[in-house]
Amino acid sequence: MTFINYASREINCKIVYYGPGLCGKTTNLQYIFDSTAPQSRGKLISLATETDRTLFFDFMPLELGTVRGFKTRFHLYTVPGQVFYDASRKLILKGVDGVVFVADSQEERMDANIESLYNLEENLRTQGYDLMKIPYVLQLNKRDLSNIISVADLTAELQRKGEPVVEAVAATGQGVFDTLKAVAKQVLTELRKG
Amino acid sequence: MPDTPILLREQQYHQIKAVLARLRIDSAARVVFLVDKDGQEIATQGEVGNLDTTSLASLAAGNVAATGGMAQLIGEKEFPTLSHEGEKESIHISVIGRLLLVIVFDERSSLGLVKLRSKQVSHQISAMIEEISKSDYEDLDSPFAGITDEDIDSLFR
Repeated sequence: MTFINYASREINCKIVYYGPGLCGKTTNLQYIFDSTAPQSRGKLISLATETDRTLFFDFMPLELGTVRGFKTRFHLYTVPGQVFYDASRKLILKGVDGVVFVADSQEERMDANIESLYNLEENLRTQGYDLMKIPYVLQLNKRDLSNIISVADLTAELQRKGEPVVEAVAATGQGVFDTLKAVAKQVLTELRKG
Repeated sequence: MPDTPILLREQQYHQIKAVLARLRIDSAARVVFLVDKDGQEIATQGEVGNLDTTSLASLAAGNVAATGGMAQLIGEKEFPTLSHEGEKESIHISVIGRLLLVIVFDERSSLGLVKLRSKQVSHQISAMIEEISKSDYEDLDSPFAGITDEDIDSLFR
């Protein structure tokens, strides 16, 4: 949910990275964190298990710059991907302005992608949102691996509404900022509509 | 349904800041924040210093969301207050409608005093939130109404 403060001339928006377990949601945030100037971002908070699996969420505030005199800040969140953390995923979607679905391109993760996408639609619905109406980007991650499904097949299976599809290798940063830009652009365009 | 966006006028922002400033003095607290349930920081008063208020706001909201989820599982609507007491620093959170009042305090204050003062001020904050939600914002120029694709692209250069 967008928060516009006319006194401090700030606008804050919430973007959530969604997807199956180990698809690279946290890696996206980690890359953004590592490659952004410290003055433009806050801390990367990771509520993770001892084995570095996301337990509740990762969070990072990112200041993109000024638009029409207003500081534009994006709060980036990830959800825990593992199936049994569904209650936590629902909570994190509250107040979302834009969603990135990070799909794992590996053949053996196709079912997990489909299940997670279905779960996203369902959880958005319980929070009163419609996937077909909110700013949304599909990222096809892990394009550097050998056992991957073609972009055409993944797109045919996972694209829901003609949303931008970005090929990525989050670990090296390929496609990470393109994904963020694609979703941020849609969020700001929504604000223009008022 | 999702909550409507919060649009805060300058005057309302200063009113909120004034209430928080008073509360901070009355409760002998270190920092007082108002945060929305989605983790957006609305206003802060006190000895912020190096405190990462943005992260604290997000974690406070996550904390309330998680305990609220637990409350519903055992048949409660929500837990209206949460307290975490540390060796020196402590945090008290009260849920006021769609907002959270977060008070960080140390040994200069006590949980009893913080609870009392936050309860006393909660009606006032509640009334202010209602006024903010009811306000007619048609006269406010949206900073984004005239935004161009060029403006958006410029953020990523």
